[in-house]
Amino acid sequence: MLKRLRESKSMQGTFLALPTTLWMFVLLIIPLILTLIVSFGKRSPDGNVIYTFSFDNYARLIGISHTCADGSATCFDPLYINILWRSLTLAFNTTVVVILMAYPLSYFIARAKPAQRNIYLFMVLIPLWTNFVIRVYAWMMLLRKEGAINIIIGWVASLLHLPFTPLEMLYTPGAVLVGMVYEFLPFMILPIYTSLEKIDGSLYEAAADLGANAVRTFLRVTLPLSMPGVVAGTILVFVPVMGTFVVSDLLGGKQVILVGNLIQRQFLDARDPAFGSAASLILMVMTLIVTYFYTRKFGFGEEIVAA
Amino acid sequence: MSSEFAVELRDVVKKFITPEGNELSAVDHVTMQIKNGEFFSMLGSSGCGKTTSLRMIAGFEWPTEGEVFIEGQPMGHIPPFQRKVNTVFQSYALFQHMTVAQNIGFGLEMEGVEKSEIKKRVGRALEMVQLTGMERRQPKQLSGGQQQRVAVARALVKTPSVLLLDEPLGALDLKLRKEMQLELKALQQQLGITFIYVTHDQEEALTMSDRIAVMSKGKVQQLATPVEIYERPTNKFVADFIGESNFLEGVIKEISKDEATVYVPVLNAELKGMPMSPDFVNGEEVAVSMRPEKIRIVEREADGDTLFKAKVLNSVYIGSDTHVYVDMQGARLKVMEQNRISRLDPSSFYSKEQMITLLFMPENTLILKKG
Repeated sequence: MLKRLRESKSMQGTFLALPTTLWMFVLLIIPLILTLIVSFGKRSPDGNVIYTFSFDNYARLIGISHTCADGSATCFDPLYINILWRSLTLAFNTTVVVILMAYPLSYFIARAKPAQRNIYLFMVLIPLWTNFVIRVYAWMMLLRKEGAINIIIGWVASLLHLPFTPLEMLYTPGAVLVGMVYEFLPFMILPIYTSLEKIDGSLYEAAADLGANAVRTFLRVTLPLSMPGVVAGTILVFVPVMGTFVVSDLLGGKQVILVGNLIQRQFLDARDPAFGSAASLILMVMTLIVTYFYTRKFGFGEEIVAA
Repeated sequence: MSSEFAVELRDVVKKFITPEGNELSAVDHVTMQIKNGEFFSMLGSSGCGKTTSLRMIAGFEWPTEGEVFIEGQPMGHIPPFQRKVNTVFQSYALFQHMTVAQNIGFGLEMEGVEKSEIKKRVGRALEMVQLTGMERRQPKQLSGGQQQRVAVARALVKTPSVLLLDEPLGALDLKLRKEMQLELKALQQQLGITFIYVTHDQEEALTMSDRIAVMSKGKVQQLATPVEIYERPTNKFVADFIGESNFLEGVIKEISKDEATVYVPVLNAELKGMPMSPDFVNGEEVAVSMRPEKIRIVEREADGDTLFKAKVLNSVYIGSDTHVYVDMQGARLKVMEQNRISRLDPSSFYSKEQMITLLFMPENTLILKKG
């Protein structure tokens, strides 16, 4: 047995992959199958699941409602479609803002002296040492009506003798966007930095030598060669933003309900696991579709993963 | 052309600050004039200033002092993309996200050349480096030698007045290197463009160059044709760096015109009729330099005049030659003998402790400054 293991590369591979495979099977595949089964079920009056095979939950999600104001049997209710759409646009906006913020910073770090690069990267990573939820709470302190930002603006306004009413920043879509950008920025900086840092300096010189000025060198050489980093970062940001509920819960309140919040409430408040399971699967399918088309166009950024 | 020189370095100094905060002169008052259409090499070991000099011509570095002229025009702080020179990089620096054709066409595209014209010129450039039909390949699909050719084509397609090459063959294996050396030389002769070639490989420099600047510690040690560099090195560094040399200490006893008689203590003999440059004086202590292949082993009795006794310390067979290390009254010399006759009998080779006679021809020796 041992001898065979020593000689067979494929057996070694199986052995090495075994723990993770088991883990994924028990904690991902089986739960997914259970979720799928539950999603076809119905809520029982006491908040349990009645196992049936009905598409009612999915119908509800795409807007087919049976509790209509005008008394008819079915009507269109865009409530959940709106939530899904809001999640998608927020994830998109977050990703775009994060790219626009992360790219220049990554570029700056990648072109700094090697000794300084590590310091900068360290600074990027420091916030991750604090718990995710606590960091979101910190933003609440900053954004609320009596928060730090309003105090400072108020103080400046009073110095300039300008009238000032505190800004309503908390519990707005903007607050959720700010929170999301803040939380996920490092996950974009690191892959972009890695891909920029890998670009051989002589390529910039070659471009200059062949007649390209700084702008054209950036557009024709730097940007295309750093795209793997942007792609990897996009996946690392877009996918979790689609699913998180903590940021929108704390910074958006009841104003900004995302699909993550919807799912959370089905399980904890509304006690409708069947509907929650259907929403989870819809979220997963939506994320997969977006990532599928995205990666088909740009690749997985596997060059980064391989680095 | 407004100048007889393609490139001129006038008293150029380049200082760098080392990480420890010291000032280092990578290039130290270098003056060179590179003629139009010349294959010019800068030869030296790493840190001698050859690459920094090349980078200053390309415009990647600017001189701390002095001036670089291209076609008679002072370059000042003109950036690389405005200079009529192009570079072939040591690492090739090919754009991996572009095809071969896009790589070669990049420079023309930057000039705003029309697409159809770019295609034509890229085709011609590929033909020139014998890569026709490779347009659509990715650089990483090519062998090292092919990538090298793409890099050369990419630089040459811009029809620069000077092509700068920074150790372009460094990453290739020996056989391919030798092929590429001859190919590059042929290409240079065919195009008539000035090539400035940086290398640490003396054989490469001797093979390809019209003239060579031997550099060390940021200074030009000697600037001359390959034959002059090898046969008439002007100082001990060059004599030692290019090829191999045996050095014996000596004292000038007599000077007549351009010949000298030198007393060599280890031989306890005066060597007569040695060629000499005019800047030596009678009684000066000098180094007598002899190339290993120019000392002959003869089957005659030593006469203390041109024939001297020596004891074999070691003999190394390397195929084409045999290297014989000998001791002459405490002085160790290396002698090279070509294996002109095929033989297998080991007893016919020199054995340790064997006494042999060496022939020193005065015209094959050189008198150099001692330093």
